This record gives sequence, C-alpha cells and structure tokens, in this order.
Amino acid sequence: MINTLDLRGIGVSRGGRRLFSDLSLTLAAGQACALTGANGTGKTTLLRAIAGLVALDAGEVALGGAEIDEARAGGLHLLGHLDGLKPARTAREELSFWSLWQGGSAEQARGAAAALELGALLDLEVRRLSAGQRRRLALARLLAAPRPLWLLDEPLSPLDTGWRTRFGAMMQTHLDGGGIILAAVHDPLPIAAVSLEIAG
Amino acid sequence: MSRFAVLLARETALAWGRGGGALVSVGFYAGVATLLPLAIGPQAERLAAVASGAAWVALALASLLSLERLFERDYEDGALDLLTLSPLPLELTCAIKCLGQWIATGAPLALAAPVAAIALGASPALAPLIFACALAGGLAFAFVGGIGAALSLGARRGGLLTAVIVLPLFAPPVIFGGGALDAFAGGLPWHAGFALLGAYAAASVALGPLAMAAACRNALS
Repeated sequence: MINTLDLRGIGVSRGGRRLFSDLSLTLAAGQACALTGANGTGKTTLLRAIAGLVALDAGEVALGGAEIDEARAGGLHLLGHLDGLKPARTAREELSFWSLWQGGSAEQARGAAAALELGALLDLEVRRLSAGQRRRLALARLLAAPRPLWLLDEPLSPLDTGWRTRFGAMMQTHLDGGGIILAAVHDPLPIAAVSLEIAG
Repeated sequence: MSRFAVLLARETALAWGRGGGALVSVGFYAGVATLLPLAIGPQAERLAAVASGAAWVALALASLLSLERLFERDYEDGALDLLTLSPLPLELTCAIKCLGQWIATGAPLALAAPVAAIALGASPALAPLIFACALAGGLAFAFVGGIGAALSLGARRGGLLTAVIVLPLFAPPVIFGGGALDAFAGGLPWHAGFALLGAYAAASVALGPLAMAAACRNALS
C-alpha cells in the first residue's frame, strides 16, 4: 500500500527545453494536491513522469510503502485527458476490459458503473456517448480497480456542475480511505487540497 | 480471467474490426489474386507456373493492410499508457497484440491462400503446404509487422512508413515459403524451406516483442 508520494527536486525536459526543475512535493495518505500552472508548463508531463512514462532529468520520485516499479505496475491510476476508450466498442466491454486489466473484479466494475450512473449507457457504443459521459466512463475505472494513488489530468473539464460535485465526493471517499490524489486542474478542486504551482 | 486472456480477447476483437478487419484483408487478397491473370495473361500453363508464388506474395501484401493501426489507435486514444502501466511486461503485452492480429487476420488469410492458389491453377496437392506456410508466415508477418507499426508511432502517414520499414523484413519469409512451395511442386525436398520459414517465425515471435516494447516506450516518453 502506497502511503506517501515524495517528489524530490525533480526536473523534466521535453524536446531539449527544460519544462520545470527542482520541483518538490510530499503528500501523505489522505492528502490531495491541486497542480496548477499555465498551458504548456508541464502539468501533464509531471503526471506522466511520476507514472514512469517520461524520464526524469533530475531528482527522484519515491513512494512510501511500495517499490516504485511495483507501484507503477499496479498501485496508481493515470487518468489522462485522453480517455483510452475505443469508439467502436460498447461502454460495457470497455469498462469490463479495463477493470480486469487493472486488477479489479466484475463485481467492482458493476459497482463503479452504478456509482457513476452508467447503467443506461453500458450497451451503447462509446462513440455515441457525449464528452461528459465518456469522462464518467473513464472515471469509473478509478473505482472499478481500487488503487491508492490517483494521478488525474483535468478530471473535471467535461463534467457538468452536478457531476463535479459528485466526483468531489468520490475523491473525498478515496482520501478518507487512505488514498493520495495529485490532480492537474485549472478550476479549483471541489475538495480540500494543497496546491502546487508549476511556474513556466 | 487472467490479464493475458482478457487482452487477447480484446485485441482479437479490435483487429477483427480494425479497418474492416479480416473481411477486407481477405477481400484485398482475393482482389490481388484476380488481378494477376489480367496482367500475366490467361494461359493456364503460364499462370500455373507462378500460381503458388503469386498467392504467397499477395499474402504478404494483404497482411500489411491492418498493421498500421495495431499500436496507433491505442497510442492516439491514450490506451497505450494504461496498457503500459501494468504488472504484465510491455513486451508480453505487445506479443499478445500481435497474436490477436494473427488470429483475426492471419488465420483467415491462411484459409484463403490455398483457394487463391488453386484458382490461379496451382495443383490441389499443394493446398496443405500453402496453408501451413501461410499460417507460419502469417505469424512472422504479424510479429515483424508489429515492429514497423510500433516504430512508426506518432508519424504522419504511419501506414506507409510501416510498409517501408516492414517490406524488406518480409523478404526472408517470402523467399523461404516460396522456395518450399516451388520445391514441393517440382517434387524436390521442401522441408528445408519450410523449416527456415518456421525458424524465422519463431525468431520474430521471440525478438519482435522486445523491439516493439522499446519502440512503444520511446513513443510514449
């Protein structure tokens, strides 16, 4: 179980350009952090670097309570601004595939679908869903396979105000259960969170 | 159900639907096989002489068709990130994707290959060997093709780039398989060619995923 996320002086460059450097942050279990910064400052890149998809220039990512490779393989959810959903498959097929792939059970997938009120949408092809509905399907993955660390990239953007509030409640439940959330956002998170601004 | 099985089921289903999937590949294959007599001329003995070779080359081309989207779609919609963040090594994930590709398009093409060859005038006695060559060759085409598909991730017109990368690597299986078919038709020992084809397929299954995983990691970073 991951109980802390510790970024120690990390720096990342893309295409020869230094995005940010010497960034440090410590989050304990139950804490959330809102990551802010102008477009192009590297919020998405930071999340991908923590997930191990982008190499660090400097510094280190440490996770308390788990080996970093192990944590990346099964301890974190990365929710990008892309949903990772196939337009031609039904919502049910996609949710059940991702749930099993990420180590959840069929029962957890059903619970996640219920929590995000996807019931009526499950038999539709993903292409028929609106942007907000697709995002809810993507968010269902967070509940369908419980993992302690959530790295969220603009999780709220296509959601309506009602769903923003409800997703806020889901994030709070996750934190209350000892989870950690790092979310790149432009609007304030609907939960109590420390904030980290990436300066350009 | 294990991750292996769920991913294989998903990949097979996606490959079946990808760009029309199996039906389009088989249709393209039938189209090429039908065009050949129009160019070579309808004389039966001339056609029969090239039938098995022509069917074999057309097969290599047809298996290129749906390769383009093998990794690209997952790359574009963000699914490749999530496939990477898994206890399953990315190498194995890539291998499963290629296996799904082979089941969904390689196997139907292998069934169509003897039909096309016989339609062009090859001896029906060749049919089992053509099927076996197409099955083993299809495995090599899928796994070698996967390397090209992974390397061209993020490129514009990735499909063309995939074809340019992959076609030279298709040369050995085309030579080995064509040689085996030729030898069999001429009553000569054909086992060597077929064994080499099998060896090439085995090597591509073993080594291809390493290259694919490296190319995917590079594209994602």
